[in-house]
Amino acid sequence: MRLGVFVGLALAVAIGLGAAVSPFASPQPDGLERVAEDHGFTGAGTSHAAPVADYAFPGVTDEKAATAAAGLAGTLLVFALGAGLAVTLRRRSGHPA
Amino acid sequence: MHIPDGFLSSEVCAVTSVAAAGAIGYAASRARDELDERRAPLLGATAALVFASQMVNFPIAGGTSGHLLGAALATVLLGPWLGMLVVALVLGVQAVAFADGGIAVLGANVLNMAVLGALVTQAMLTGAGALRERTAGLLGVAAVASWVSVMAAATATSAELAASGTIGLTTVLPSMLGVHALIGVGEAVITVAVVATVLAVRPDLVGGRRAAPVPS
Repeated sequence: MRLGVFVGLALAVAIGLGAAVSPFASPQPDGLERVAEDHGFTGAGTSHAAPVADYAFPGVTDEKAATAAAGLAGTLLVFALGAGLAVTLRRRSGHPA
Repeated sequence: MHIPDGFLSSEVCAVTSVAAAGAIGYAASRARDELDERRAPLLGATAALVFASQMVNFPIAGGTSGHLLGAALATVLLGPWLGMLVVALVLGVQAVAFADGGIAVLGANVLNMAVLGALVTQAMLTGAGALRERTAGLLGVAAVASWVSVMAAATATSAELAASGTIGLTTVLPSMLGVHALIGVGEAVITVAVVATVLAVRPDLVGGRRAAPVPS
């Protein structure tokens, strides 16, 4: 399999997970959230403003669609940043200190 | 296992931020050794897979869910330094863009989920020696490293919560290890499935398969 095809397929699987499967993910608290609830320190946590807080894409009213849009946007964003990281590291390695 | 702001004291945030920044800086200086032409395009793909997989919480017992951390997977595929950087990148995006994990505690989250996971996994890969050159051996090491990386993250998170005075260590540690012993099994299943798939189609892309040390 050509590398470009492989990377394309991997990205397609990621988009499928992030945009199509994630709206149906378990809504239950994760391990740390469960422990925090059981031991009564959930209230200590605070949240901050973010462009796509809690994986709900702003302006999308349907909850599952908002999660799907957030998953698609986030998956593409980290793909681009990961590729950018590779470019940055390679450029630096071309000019050793 | 993303810690929100407010769970950790400012002292613990400061110490973990310094430790995480040091580890990420060192990883960046070593990562170019791992970045041959083949692996460069894989950074984006691995980051995308880890991010998307983290959105898919799977149910475990007792009304609780878990999700992939991804450090073991990224380390088996890319090596410890690139793997560490990729997971740290995902954690940074999650905190800044999605408010998943706090900002002041980002260093702690990077330390727990990216740095420790990558180091634990690489230690096990190294310890496995030639065993990892065989498919079954590598998948076995990946499974154990996945589980241990989750337990290491849970232990570090517990220690940070205790050091912050949020909850006592003897209370939080058994709870965290108990629930994450199950989540770690999920981590192992997903990691083995992905690594086995890549081994089937492009075994040359699995960096952890090579027993020879990464040239430096």
